[in-house]
Amino acid sequence: MAAEKRVVFRSPWLPLALLAPQAAVIGIFFFWPAAQTLLQSFQQQDAFGTSTSWVGLENFVHLFQDRSYIESFKTTAVFSISVAVFGIAISLLLAYFADRAIRGALVYKTLLIWPYAVAPAVAGVLWLFMFAPSIGVVAYALRKSGIDWNHLLNGDQAMLLIIMAAIWKQISYNFLFFLAGLSSIPKSLVEAAAIDGAKPWRRFWTIVFPLLSPTTFFLLVINIVYAFFDTFGIVDAATEGGPGKDTAILVYKVYYDGFKALDLGGSAAQSVIIMGIVVVLTVLQFRFVEKRVNY
Amino acid sequence: MVERRPLLTFLTHAVLLVGVVIVAFPVYLTFVASTHTAQDIVQAPMPIVPGDQFLHNYAAALTGSEKGAGSGAPVGRMMWVSLVSALVISIGKIAISLLSAFAIVYFRFPFRMFFFWAIFITLMLPVEVRIFPTYKVISDLHMLNSYAGLTVPLIASATATFLFRQFFLTVPDELVEAARVDGAGPMRFFKDVLVPLSATSIAALFVIQFIYGWNQYLWPLLVTTEESMYPVVIGIKRMIAGGDAQNAWNLVMATAILAMLPPALVVVLMQKWFVKGLVDTEK
Repeated sequence: MAAEKRVVFRSPWLPLALLAPQAAVIGIFFFWPAAQTLLQSFQQQDAFGTSTSWVGLENFVHLFQDRSYIESFKTTAVFSISVAVFGIAISLLLAYFADRAIRGALVYKTLLIWPYAVAPAVAGVLWLFMFAPSIGVVAYALRKSGIDWNHLLNGDQAMLLIIMAAIWKQISYNFLFFLAGLSSIPKSLVEAAAIDGAKPWRRFWTIVFPLLSPTTFFLLVINIVYAFFDTFGIVDAATEGGPGKDTAILVYKVYYDGFKALDLGGSAAQSVIIMGIVVVLTVLQFRFVEKRVNY
Repeated sequence: MVERRPLLTFLTHAVLLVGVVIVAFPVYLTFVASTHTAQDIVQAPMPIVPGDQFLHNYAAALTGSEKGAGSGAPVGRMMWVSLVSALVISIGKIAISLLSAFAIVYFRFPFRMFFFWAIFITLMLPVEVRIFPTYKVISDLHMLNSYAGLTVPLIASATATFLFRQFFLTVPDELVEAARVDGAGPMRFFKDVLVPLSATSIAALFVIQFIYGWNQYLWPLLVTTEESMYPVVIGIKRMIAGGDAQNAWNLVMATAILAMLPPALVVVLMQKWFVKGLVDTEK
């Protein structure tokens, strides 16, 4: 595809006028605040916001000396990896079976894709309701079977709760991309293997799974991005980062430290670190997307 | 199907049914809870078949006539705020992205690539990394608790701009030449040729962006402090306060169902465009 047009219009002012709305929005609401974040990460403000002083790298040093920040990194890592790996595995299973030409496949597909429409915060409320220690149905069933579920006290259970809610919300997305990936695998390959006597289990691991690897890599990156950023609503609705700080993922901590604890410098320094992570993830995403397209 | 294996076909149905049940169970439970009285729900275990309070609960939630421990603002108003915001965000994103892509593809001017990369970089600046300063800009511009504050900062879109750019590059140059021969200026060409040609991309993008706008959480949480400007997703969270038993769970769950309904309908009714939009925006 040509990257440039051969035939163009000429006007000294029209293109700038066309770009003006977008440029105004990104200038005022993206670049200006991002620059402020960078500046603030090197500043310290007193509690009343009356005086500001330059502190160099002090905010960053404080951050990395802060046990709770290092813990938040670990929490985020456990959370994102669990969400990505289990979410992808479950979706692949469902997509593989939904791709088999069986009666009712379209109905199954429709029933599996709509959770995409559920807001993360609503997903958090739904799962909170099922697992609420005193009234939740699932918590009740667990208690009957001998498991004492109380995510308000038990940090591991709280983590499990937000992981489940986040996976539930993301299944439909992964499912759709796996379906697209599966439909692009030539049927003749699978049929040839079947004629050679390979059973379905063997065919899946030697043909289907390797051919899906570009999709899987792509989804791995997308899911990690999702777990990092789009799950704020789930965490805020289901656990509010608690108990203690056991489910305070990085994005939640930025919000909490900035808006609840009013530590602007510290919050800005965290933002800058997250910015770095986003840049890395975006680069990864584009490399894998390119791979996927070229495959 | 490659071969006939009754056992595998059975397994296929079993796995898919289990999947559908797991996906649907939380929502089914939510619906059930929205049809009972608050007292019935807090008595563990709650009933697992729908009750007879459907009309009462939904009417109470929509009008805000009953309060639990948390906020009891009318959900009808919140749905309206969500709808307006989602429409402004999706239509705004599409409009400014169409214009930007048109400028970048069909004109040559100084700083063209600068604008292109500036739009690209916004991908790396989600709300979370500029959270406090963006809030400050909104409050300095007196846009807190307004539709402008809820929507304008979200209508920049790198993905939509790229999508339209890619599409415009595939439009044959002959169309521009023909338009020129017929004496059409750039805006006439844009309005009568380019936009109609982009109709499917626009529809696909609209579905995705409508859901994005409707489901916003962090941003409205920052810029709305008055009940009258809460989108419904924020409203649900505000209705939950204090311990398990003090909340009017029947109303919370009715609100949750109401909050899920519009985007779910959009996905199911516009499934074809939804899938296209999802796949296209990731390219």
